[in-house]
Amino acid sequence: MTDVWPQLEPLLAKVAKPARYIGLEDGARTPHHAADKVAWLLSYPDTYEIGLPNQGLQILYEILNENPHAVAERAYAPWTDLEGLLRDRNIPLFSLDSHRPAGLFDLIGFNLSAELTYTNLLNMVDLAGVPVRSADRRPEHPLIVAGGHCTYNPEPIADFLDLVVLGDGEEVITEINEVVRDWKKSGRTDGSRENVLRELSHIVGVYVPSMYDVTYEGANLVAVTPRYPDVPERVEKRTVADLAEFPYPKTQLVPITEVVHDRLNVEVFRGCTRGCRFCQAGMITRPVRERPAEQVRTMVEEGLRRTGYDEVALTSLSTADFSGIEKLVGDIVQSTDDGPPVSVSLPSLRVDAFGVGIATQIQRARRTGLTFAPEAGTWRMRQVINKLIREEDLYSAVEAAYSNGWRRMKLYFLTGLPTETDEDTLGIAELARNCVQLGKAHTKSPSVTVSVGGFVPKPFTPFQWFGQNTVEELRRKINLLRDDTRKSHGVQVKWHDPKATLVEGIMSRGDRRIGAVIEEVWRQGGTFQEWNERFDLDLWTSAMAAHGLDPEWFAYRHRTEDEVLPWDHLSAGLHKDFLWQDWRDALAEVGLPDCRWTPCYDCGACTGYSIEHIVASATPPAGGSQGTGQDLGSSVPVTLLGRAPVGTVS
Amino acid sequence: MRIRVRFSKTGKIRFSSHRDMARCWERALRRADLPVAITEGFSPRPKMHFGLALSTGHESLGEYLDIDLTEPEGSDLDLGALPERLTPFLPPGVDVETVSIIERSELSLQEAVTVCTWLIEIPGVSPEELESNVQTMLDATTLPVTRERKGKEVSDDIRPGIISLRVVGATPSDAPERGALLEAELATQPRSVRPSELLAAFDPPRNEGRVCRTHQWIITDGARREPIPAHATSRAPAEVGAR
Repeated sequence: MTDVWPQLEPLLAKVAKPARYIGLEDGARTPHHAADKVAWLLSYPDTYEIGLPNQGLQILYEILNENPHAVAERAYAPWTDLEGLLRDRNIPLFSLDSHRPAGLFDLIGFNLSAELTYTNLLNMVDLAGVPVRSADRRPEHPLIVAGGHCTYNPEPIADFLDLVVLGDGEEVITEINEVVRDWKKSGRTDGSRENVLRELSHIVGVYVPSMYDVTYEGANLVAVTPRYPDVPERVEKRTVADLAEFPYPKTQLVPITEVVHDRLNVEVFRGCTRGCRFCQAGMITRPVRERPAEQVRTMVEEGLRRTGYDEVALTSLSTADFSGIEKLVGDIVQSTDDGPPVSVSLPSLRVDAFGVGIATQIQRARRTGLTFAPEAGTWRMRQVINKLIREEDLYSAVEAAYSNGWRRMKLYFLTGLPTETDEDTLGIAELARNCVQLGKAHTKSPSVTVSVGGFVPKPFTPFQWFGQNTVEELRRKINLLRDDTRKSHGVQVKWHDPKATLVEGIMSRGDRRIGAVIEEVWRQGGTFQEWNERFDLDLWTSAMAAHGLDPEWFAYRHRTEDEVLPWDHLSAGLHKDFLWQDWRDALAEVGLPDCRWTPCYDCGACTGYSIEHIVASATPPAGGSQGTGQDLGSSVPVTLLGRAPVGTVS
Repeated sequence: MRIRVRFSKTGKIRFSSHRDMARCWERALRRADLPVAITEGFSPRPKMHFGLALSTGHESLGEYLDIDLTEPEGSDLDLGALPERLTPFLPPGVDVETVSIIERSELSLQEAVTVCTWLIEIPGVSPEELESNVQTMLDATTLPVTRERKGKEVSDDIRPGIISLRVVGATPSDAPERGALLEAELATQPRSVRPSELLAAFDPPRNEGRVCRTHQWIITDGARREPIPAHATSRAPAEVGAR
């Protein structure tokens, strides 16, 4: 059986949103499987609506399907209604492109962007008919591989994964494909699984958990060491040196049914060196690599024409920092002037780079929602987290927005940050009230939604040693905010469930012992834990207790400098002593400038891999204070590479 | 000018919703670069007017959509070429069959269409058995059904909405389960009768297999016609359900 559609079809009449199981997207490829091609099932461990837009998977889908020795299809987590029907009738997990059973693929690859989806990964592997633990798999089973930001600490799921990829996937995927192709050619004989995994561990960026021994002393992890001399002691991440060489996705998938981020997405740069200390993405994706503006314009123009979308998002970790962003947005809006209206959205806007210039550019097309992320309520707190934007910066951005016709905006904050006091927490309410006040000059009922998340310390950040706030403490702080804004007209407070924050924290910095907990929660039916209505803390606490593990030890405990961290045998290029120094600086409320415009402080991400920033402009974007309180040294030259215009070197 | 488009929706794509289809059409019109009129205001949208919604999961050989174009009638826009121009930009299984100009004074599709013809696969019943069920239905003077509306149980008589019922034969060989094929003409006004309501009113109630809307009818002065005049060919019922 290579197509489950005939069995699936009658079930789709009985489930919610059946369109998420039919495929048929524009941009989907017709797969041609063959004995000499490696078959990949690229999967996202959440629903279709959340998983389809994932740009990482879409990029790999195209790169693999362009490779004559590979074929790639896609799968997403079936919702509980369909899962029940599939299990009743022994129908396996299937691909969307040709409804092929997942077990027939050579590899099943997962993108992991959120810890709470781990149980879904186990569920999908199980639905594929594959043993959930890698140790139980045989040569006929697919290799289970994962990439994405969560894999910088893959230890909690190490027992379920055959291999883990660190960093950018564009190049390493082809190297993996070659090794697996040889394995497939050799007939995948008995005992060959261990050989191919060992071979794969030689590829830079590939971590094979089963090739390492983990040693504990009492409750403490003391070492993760390779079992063989040819297996690397430390696995380094992969970094694509120049984004211009990878203008993907070229044919972004256009879903039939509505998904999140349902628009054309064009990545304008990768990496961010603003140096926010809570931000794992900014630490692990260094250095900054801008896509040439000309290529962005082409991708936008061709993408809009091909997809028929009327909205394009310019994506990155901080899009307003793109060199010449105002001109770029202006060009895009202008080029669509004679056609139907197109809106440009800029997710991840820094307030100090959002000026009247950008505001007027975006509002020429349809106005989209506006979200700013001050992250903390006071300047002191923002110095600790190195989000060096001043109150004035926020107010001028908000003023620019109101004066250009926006009526409502969203502000993102974290609570539970290191050294946070109640004054810092209440500062959030104060900022929000002041924003509403500014809006009153422009509109009758301005509205500001404050969205508060509980802070979870992440691996490879300066805050990786910090013990996170307890559920009770986070709840107290949220209540403090709610009480304080109860009478503030125009301010709405929304918050992330502190109980979920605890579980995220356990998995974010957990070690291999957490694997048994994840498996237990999955066996108890704990799937889709990232969905509010499905999250169940009791499942987690009882599984922890059953395995003799203490949630507080994993989540709330401060780590010491000499502690072996579960991810010490992996590397994002960052020197551990740089991170430790930055942690000390944080506690001393000392900021750190952005190294793309100032001298290198040798965090390790560039020097270790002999790569450099690729930025077209040697100076920070105009407007705002751009991290006042420090000398930005804008006259210091930035090394420009590749297609960046040389004329801007000062 | 206003144009009326007839299209079919068959195969896997039938699991998309009415709303999904509306968004697919919006993108297709932009991709085909048709001179579509745009609504004024804060959130401009192309001026499209859909006919009666087709339930998610049902196929159709006769769906309709009205589109306002900025080009006046008599411009050099080649209407005959439109089906071939639009179909490649729509999902697989959605095929534009014919396009014609209509007067702006014409009633909207939702008001004008009063009867739909459906082809319904009913699993687990022989054509002969279904035949006698159908006779019972047609002999009944009333067929009360209850449904929930705003939290209250409402009772309704669907008998006036059943225009005709005819057992066509056995289900096609590719059907998931053996059964009988029923052709039903159901009214859409004053109260729309859904195929699922019809099957629930059978004694015993029947399960719904694959369902296909084959025709929509406008009745003026007792004469029935399809929303696009007859020269447009429709496929024979025998092809229903063909993938």
